[in-house]
Amino acid sequence: MVALTAEKQDHNLLSRMAAGDGHGENSAYFDGWKAYEENPFHPIDRPDGVIQMGLAENQLCGDLMRKWVLEHPEASICTAEGVNQFSDIAIFQDYHGLPEFRQAVAKFMEKTRNNKVKFDPDRIVMSGGATGAHETVAFCLANPGDGFLVPTPYYPGFDRDLRWRTGVNLVPVTCHSSNGFKITVEALDAAYENARVPVKGLLITNPSNPLGTTLDRDCLKSLVKFTNDKGIHLIADEIYAATTFGESEFISVAEVIEEIPDCNRDLIHIVYSLSKDMGLPGLRIGIIYSYNNRVVQIARKMSSFGLVSSQTQHLIAKMLSDKDFVDEFIRKSKLRLAERHAELTTGLDGLGIGWLKAGAGLFIWMDLRNLLKTATFDSEMELWRVIVHKVKLNVSPGGSCHCHEPGWFRVCFANMDHQTMETALERIRVFTSQIEEESLKLTKQMAKKKKCWQSSLRLSFKDTRRFEEGFFSPHSPVPPSPLVRAQI
Amino acid sequence: MKQLSTKVTSNAHGQDSSYFLGWEEYEKNPYDEIKNPNGIIQMGLAENQLCFDLIETWLAKNPDAAGLKKDGQSIFKELALFQDYHGLPEFKKALAEFMEEIRGNRVTFDPSKIVLAAGSTSANETLMFCLAEPGDAFLLPTPYYPGFDRDLKWRTGAEIVPIHCSSSNGFQITESALQQAYQQAQKLDLKVKGVLVTNPSNPLGTMLTRRELNLLVDFITSKNIHLISDEIYSGTVFGFEQFVSVMDVLKDKKLENSEVSKRVHVVYSLSKDLGLPGFRVGAIYSNDEMVVSAATKMSSFGLVSSQTQYLLSALLSDKKFTGTYLNENQKRLKIRQKQLVSGLEAAGVTCLKSNAGLFCWVDMRHLLDTNTFEAELELWKKIVYEVKLNISPGSSCHCTEPGWFRVCFANMSEETLDLAMKRLKEYVESTDSRRLISKSSHERIKSLRKRTVSNWVFRVSWTDRVPDER
Repeated sequence: MVALTAEKQDHNLLSRMAAGDGHGENSAYFDGWKAYEENPFHPIDRPDGVIQMGLAENQLCGDLMRKWVLEHPEASICTAEGVNQFSDIAIFQDYHGLPEFRQAVAKFMEKTRNNKVKFDPDRIVMSGGATGAHETVAFCLANPGDGFLVPTPYYPGFDRDLRWRTGVNLVPVTCHSSNGFKITVEALDAAYENARVPVKGLLITNPSNPLGTTLDRDCLKSLVKFTNDKGIHLIADEIYAATTFGESEFISVAEVIEEIPDCNRDLIHIVYSLSKDMGLPGLRIGIIYSYNNRVVQIARKMSSFGLVSSQTQHLIAKMLSDKDFVDEFIRKSKLRLAERHAELTTGLDGLGIGWLKAGAGLFIWMDLRNLLKTATFDSEMELWRVIVHKVKLNVSPGGSCHCHEPGWFRVCFANMDHQTMETALERIRVFTSQIEEESLKLTKQMAKKKKCWQSSLRLSFKDTRRFEEGFFSPHSPVPPSPLVRAQI
Repeated sequence: MKQLSTKVTSNAHGQDSSYFLGWEEYEKNPYDEIKNPNGIIQMGLAENQLCFDLIETWLAKNPDAAGLKKDGQSIFKELALFQDYHGLPEFKKALAEFMEEIRGNRVTFDPSKIVLAAGSTSANETLMFCLAEPGDAFLLPTPYYPGFDRDLKWRTGAEIVPIHCSSSNGFQITESALQQAYQQAQKLDLKVKGVLVTNPSNPLGTMLTRRELNLLVDFITSKNIHLISDEIYSGTVFGFEQFVSVMDVLKDKKLENSEVSKRVHVVYSLSKDLGLPGFRVGAIYSNDEMVVSAATKMSSFGLVSSQTQYLLSALLSDKKFTGTYLNENQKRLKIRQKQLVSGLEAAGVTCLKSNAGLFCWVDMRHLLDTNTFEAELELWKKIVYEVKLNISPGSSCHCTEPGWFRVCFANMSEETLDLAMKRLKEYVESTDSRRLISKSSHERIKSLRKRTVSNWVFRVSWTDRVPDER
């Protein structure tokens, strides 16, 4: 073997995976995070800092969680009340997981699906968060070079989780604002037929990230039928299952397959986690629930690469077995999510800013298309930079979520308190009134062809050409599913 | 089944090996002093169960850490939200210092070069993803931990090429064995990316000598490849010799900030030294910024639970505790190992002289019917099903010589270990008497002599070993 020259050394010594960009973090979209990290908002210490609205975390019920932990020292293996279990738990590395943990998680999954469906604890497989779950599922269902269909817009992390180390491709299924970004059979068919790689499955996130919408029963049935007909897998990421509020209803794919008698269940898999519903991302509790026995078996072996800490399993088993606490937690969480959502959307309504009607998730899908100079992603990027650096709000631009249309932004609301939300809304108010002023100036100055710093921005929000009345009004009914006609 | 990946349909997870089958048998019929006194005693599990009392005492004295509090205030909420893949800074600092303490504070570890992982299982796999392409190879001295077949190869597509070590020199790594392995890889058209060693060794229980470590560093320098040193058992060294890490050798050779040092990576975990395998705490230590950066991002697939990080940062920051713990741990391991070695001797069985790890590398070659792996498997089955001891056959560790077994001692009480040794002794005696009855007197004497001589030669060969340099 020829010795490597010094110049070639660095490139060849590490894998392409390590040396490349597959982790996705060199994308320009990380600028928002960097801006936040360099100057994070604090009401007292840094009142002019960047407010983090790009982080989908559920921080609204941390007080309930903390109270429960304090009142239940026996749930810890370290306190006087629980230390008698320390050695047994500390030793426990069985990749099946603590039986009581699996049972408690199965029951919780049932509860968050309104007890309309049963989950078998023996099908519960642990993983390092939903991040680990997705990667493991990809390793199990696809070979390097294969592809998964994913409706756009989608969670940017999928680019890393599903592709980086697995070599699997993502094939976008384009969804449009014209029908509220619903997944259509036409779009699925088109994506499937035109895919340049062997398609192995369809990945949906329901409730959706970044849209916050839920799939209705007919739509879900159609997705099951589509994937069954093609003999491909359906992976349903249901990580936001318990974040529905108001009148929104979450229907799990688990419920829908009960209504399809000839459904091939070997193709149905659910990814879940307690990071969003319970606000516990730090504890790394990811779950794979597959109806395919072989997948359960192998995913379980792979879970060795990302087991849930037994200390955490023990705590969660105790916590989720407290029926009263769980009921109360879910109830309060939904109420608080609804409140914070209403604060944000009412504020935006008052400013004439549109948002996609949805009733789940920890974010809204905001419409700023009429602020774009041109309907391009370059314009979207420019606008985003203004929002991050001048308005000082870190929001996620639709382009980072692979949205087909520029001008949409995901704005998180559940990771801040009421005061911070007020501050964020105030900044948006100031920003929009500045735009109004500038656009008035621009109108006057247009004859003299002078540019201003906001010349890249369009006219006011009141431009009714883009403001589709009825659709974005909080009172408009939810449009019927376009997939109804696909029903057999 | 075309609908699943080849990773699912193949057996590359390695769990059909005898190593794991023994576990399955144990699980069907596990020994319990009261409930199942005739069950199988688990001696195939390298766990450290000897020092929980020390940790439990610490917990009782440290209610804040135990209760996830800081200055009396619950920080559960903050921990619940903490998912930064850089890890809790105070935990990485405490971990770095603990690693230094284990190495007698002779070398320093920079917390910013630590990447946390979900156990060393995840750490080793992540390193493979960072250093090897599918089809690239790492050289591993045999015998090696059976889990490496899964951890290093399964999802990464990397290959393992063995460096054959033999009992003739106590399974030490030699230059010729290294070169042979390298050439073998070339013959197989595999690009060698590095060498991976476990030091102290699993399953041997021995430490790599300074000579071997120097040899390895020289080898990777000349070939421009990586060296991964899995030092997961570094805190289990008992006896008079100190643990010598590859980091010590880099320092002694004045290579600490050299280009070579960027290709030396250490894997660690708290599963063996602290006996906390359930907590899934693993770490990669690398001097290569790109490796640290890539591995940190990959750790998203298996972060350490924040509540676990917090607890352990408090535990490991308590230097009084760590000092006492490391000492006591070593003492207790030494006593328990001695108990196993004596028990084996009473049964006429010897093992490789060792002073680390949670197991002994036991020589049962004289109990084989023939010098073959078939005979080893036959013997193993008898030991599992008749003697009711789950031990790990050398073939599952890719040993090139049949007749060696790894026997763990730190995962059971003294009484259970006693019972295990009694069972073994009874079995050996009954086997001996069966053999004596079935063979002719000439053959009997010949075989007895052979065994005695080989044991004697073995013991003599150990005292003739070149003493480790300090």
